[in-house]
Amino acid sequence: MSDTTDSNGSSYGTGTADADGATARTGSTAAGGPGSEPASGPGSTEEATEAAAQSQLSTAPVEEAPSGPKLSLFGWLRWFWRQLTSMRVALLLLLLLSLASVPGSLIPQRNASPFRVAEFLQNNPKLGPVYDKLQLFDVYSSVWFSAIYLLLFVSLIGCIVPRTWQFVGQLRAKPPKAPSRLKRMPAYTTWRTEAEPAEVLGGARKLLRGRRFRVADGEGSVSAEKGYLRELGNLCFHLALIVMLVAFAVGQLWSVEGGKLVVKGGGFANTLTQYDDIKSGALYDYDDLDGFGFTLEEFHSSFEESGPERGTPRDFRADISYWEGADGPEKKASIEVNKPLTVGSSKVYLLGHGYAPVVTVKDGKGDVAFRGPVPFLPQDGDPNLTSQGVVKVTDYQDAKGKKEQLGFVGIFTPTYGIDEVRGPHSTFPGMKYPAIFLSAYRGNLGIDTGLPQSVYQLNQRGMEPFETEDGDILRQSLRPGETMKLPDGAGSLTFERVERWATFQISQKPASGWALGGALVAIGGLAASLFLQRRRVWVRAYADEDGRTVVEMASLGRSESAKVPEELGTLAERLRADSAPLPPAPEANDAVPERGDAAGPDDTSGNNDSVGPSADDDGPRRS
Amino acid sequence: MNLAAADNQSLADLSRVLILSAMAVYTCAFVAHIAEWVFGSRSKVARTAAALAPKKKSPYTRPTEKETEAAAGAGTAVLEKPEVVTRSALGGRPDLPDGTGGGSGGDAQGDVYGRVAIALTVLAFALHAAGVLTRAFSVTRAPWANMYEFSITFSMVVVGAYLVLLAAKKNVRWLGLVLVTTVLLDLGLANTVLYTESDQLPPALDSVWLWIHVSLAILCGGLFYLGAVGTVLYLFRDSYENKLEQGGKPGVFATSVLERLPSAASLDKFAYRINAAVFPFWTFTIIAGAIWAEDAWGRYWGWDAKEVWSFITWVAYAGYLHARATVGWKGRKAAMLAIVAFLCFLFNYYGVNLFVNSLHSYSGV
Ligand code: HEM
Repeated sequence: MSDTTDSNGSSYGTGTADADGATARTGSTAAGGPGSEPASGPGSTEEATEAAAQSQLSTAPVEEAPSGPKLSLFGWLRWFWRQLTSMRVALLLLLLLSLASVPGSLIPQRNASPFRVAEFLQNNPKLGPVYDKLQLFDVYSSVWFSAIYLLLFVSLIGCIVPRTWQFVGQLRAKPPKAPSRLKRMPAYTTWRTEAEPAEVLGGARKLLRGRRFRVADGEGSVSAEKGYLRELGNLCFHLALIVMLVAFAVGQLWSVEGGKLVVKGGGFANTLTQYDDIKSGALYDYDDLDGFGFTLEEFHSSFEESGPERGTPRDFRADISYWEGADGPEKKASIEVNKPLTVGSSKVYLLGHGYAPVVTVKDGKGDVAFRGPVPFLPQDGDPNLTSQGVVKVTDYQDAKGKKEQLGFVGIFTPTYGIDEVRGPHSTFPGMKYPAIFLSAYRGNLGIDTGLPQSVYQLNQRGMEPFETEDGDILRQSLRPGETMKLPDGAGSLTFERVERWATFQISQKPASGWALGGALVAIGGLAASLFLQRRRVWVRAYADEDGRTVVEMASLGRSESAKVPEELGTLAERLRADSAPLPPAPEANDAVPERGDAAGPDDTSGNNDSVGPSADDDGPRRS
Repeated sequence: MNLAAADNQSLADLSRVLILSAMAVYTCAFVAHIAEWVFGSRSKVARTAAALAPKKKSPYTRPTEKETEAAAGAGTAVLEKPEVVTRSALGGRPDLPDGTGGGSGGDAQGDVYGRVAIALTVLAFALHAAGVLTRAFSVTRAPWANMYEFSITFSMVVVGAYLVLLAAKKNVRWLGLVLVTTVLLDLGLANTVLYTESDQLPPALDSVWLWIHVSLAILCGGLFYLGAVGTVLYLFRDSYENKLEQGGKPGVFATSVLERLPSAASLDKFAYRINAAVFPFWTFTIIAGAIWAEDAWGRYWGWDAKEVWSFITWVAYAGYLHARATVGWKGRKAAMLAIVAFLCFLFNYYGVNLFVNSLHSYSGV
């Protein structure tokens, strides 16, 4: 098991909090001389020194009973603030936050999948608008979600500031005086020795300093404290949470993210008009787009050729040359999945890839009406990249010279195959036997209507198909180099070759570094706060009636942990090397301790560690 | 099919055989554990009651002056190691004895069965680990790309952690029966519903962050599971102790089972230590995931279903740690939170992978 400390159910959390008030009252009352123990029950002095010994071991806020506010406005505000910065409300807000995150994972979110939101609205005409009103399609930017985390962070700030002050105070203060009766502390040990008290205390001081305790002298005693890093870690953790939240918010508000499809040989310049699609945070200004551009020189892909994983992608790589500013020097780079290119404050990611058949369309007069690569988009979910696309020819005249437009719709298959169910389709994502399968239309493409139109779809309204002599729609599959003739000398389409294309995402997200830094500090702080123990050790030495020196040691942890008594044992062992213990006084032997056996069955923490698989030799025997 | 592929296929088959044999041995371990519990002693019954009952005064009083004096006399010079008197924190239930020897209840015969069960578990673990390794070799990558692979690795981690704790002489034998049972369930599910032929990673999954992020996620899950078992048993044992304390008489079966478990305080401590120790690693797991997402998808956080549920799990465990420092939430309420947090983890694994549309849904099913 780890070194993790416990804030066990019965930790000193409350005691600490209660005792904080007592500190001031009892600051210097620990004068009860060693050995001068009153015979009666614990008196107020002992109680007070004990309270002081436990005080300020943490900076957790004092828990108050939830009493009603005083009726003045200030009283209300004060009450409200106290509530907001209490541990209880912080806990409730944490739970609320996790609860509020749930719907966003079950209901489609506009930000991530607008298409599925539209679908949901269409399928649920009653429920959809209600969800929309409740901002259930935008959970993570909704008013109620924001309210919860903003409250949480106000609470966090309201909690962290006073805790930091308190901690600074604790760093300045000395470890508290030894309580008058050390044996009441959770871990305790004592022995008698011939060494002088001053000598023992001197040794203890040196030992504790050597172990990097902070040490303070008392009257006939030494106090020491260690583990401040725990509190510091906890404060850093909570502070880092604030840094992360701010960084996250900045990243959202000033971010921009756009996509662009580039055919091999083609280029891209980072300006608003060049993007296929782009979205930005509320406060982003498009003038702030980084000035750079790139050309896609080459695109590589490879796929598993054989075996059960045939067709699984092996790797993709886009080789580009890019330049910064308007006309910076050209540099070469490659972008892979998982390996974006960073230019200025922008990152360029490789997102997707596909094929663009290069076609030449001739019109009725035999002139070239269109020539170039036409990107075809892979069909959803087809690993073999059967792709769809449209060749749109806007500038065309037929054999009689009549102006018209042409559209060729169809699919491209990098490795052609055909069966009865699926028709023509691809059987492998790599280009082993490329073919296109097209049907031809004429008429008005509807591009001039001003309505946005997908370049990958044909608006059939206004278009009519070319027909074969038997009256069927003209369809034909072509291999590279082959030509499809339109009837009645209306022209032709030649499939020349295939080009590759790739899609890129270009994004700018400020403050990512802060988010990462905050996250790393948070982890460090968390580890310190969970793995370290804050604890105090006291050593007292005084002469008894026989002139021998009695040494007492005790320790107190912020929470119960087996490590604290263990450490006390080691310290005592060291100390005894210089102040050799005498045999115990005879009367001490009579009082054989009931609770004294550290490994006995009534010591939970010790037991948990020491009872191994074969520990049937302790505890009461079976009858 | 080329030679390497054929090789891989036979390795994948070997892996499957190894996992199935591991299941067979786990089943034997299960039977041995049952024997341990059935033939183990019940005579320790009422140990707890005895510890609670004779103190007719309230257990919430401080130790009397006499007890304190007795404790003070414990300083001995004869021993090499100084004796340290430890006292439980002020207030709370007095420390109770832990049940010894796991399910055997200290009975010699039961103990033998228990040892057999552990030996079998070690053997099964060896087969199990070999199965996971051969699977990894058969796909020449980390075996973490689909739910079958997650599941077999996950239960391997759980059993491995348990055996490490045993080897470190921690009192964890009480975990044995529960673990073997759930490991069998997990492997059974993996081999039926979730089984996927070995295949390759899509390029997005091919990154060092796969190693860091996914291996940590599996490790955290396995350890959180141990913590959750401790927490559930704590709740049972705590009600049992409460009942005894109020003079009630728990049922014979409850007594027989719960009496052999460690005390509620020990169980609680066990669960807390594991959960608290794992929490920073879980935090790092999420951060590593964010770094990877930044590289692969161009954003470090996109509220994808998997991300959301990791976040919920994280907040729930943070809530648990907070609760333990909050008056009125310590003990049972905090324990409930820990269980909810673990259920969130489970949902993130099964629920999101199988039922929710997510970029992360690599279930392979
Ligand atoms: C974003 C929300 C928060 C998260 C994720 C969070 C998380 C945590 C975690 C994981 C711990 C455990 C570390 C340990 O036990 O030392 C902790 C401790 C603590 N938190 Fe928070 N916390 C949050 C907000 C707050 C707020 C608003 C307060 C103030 C009311 C607060 C006060 C504390 C204190 C005092 C401790 C130390 C408890 C102790 O000393 O045992 N936290 N927090």
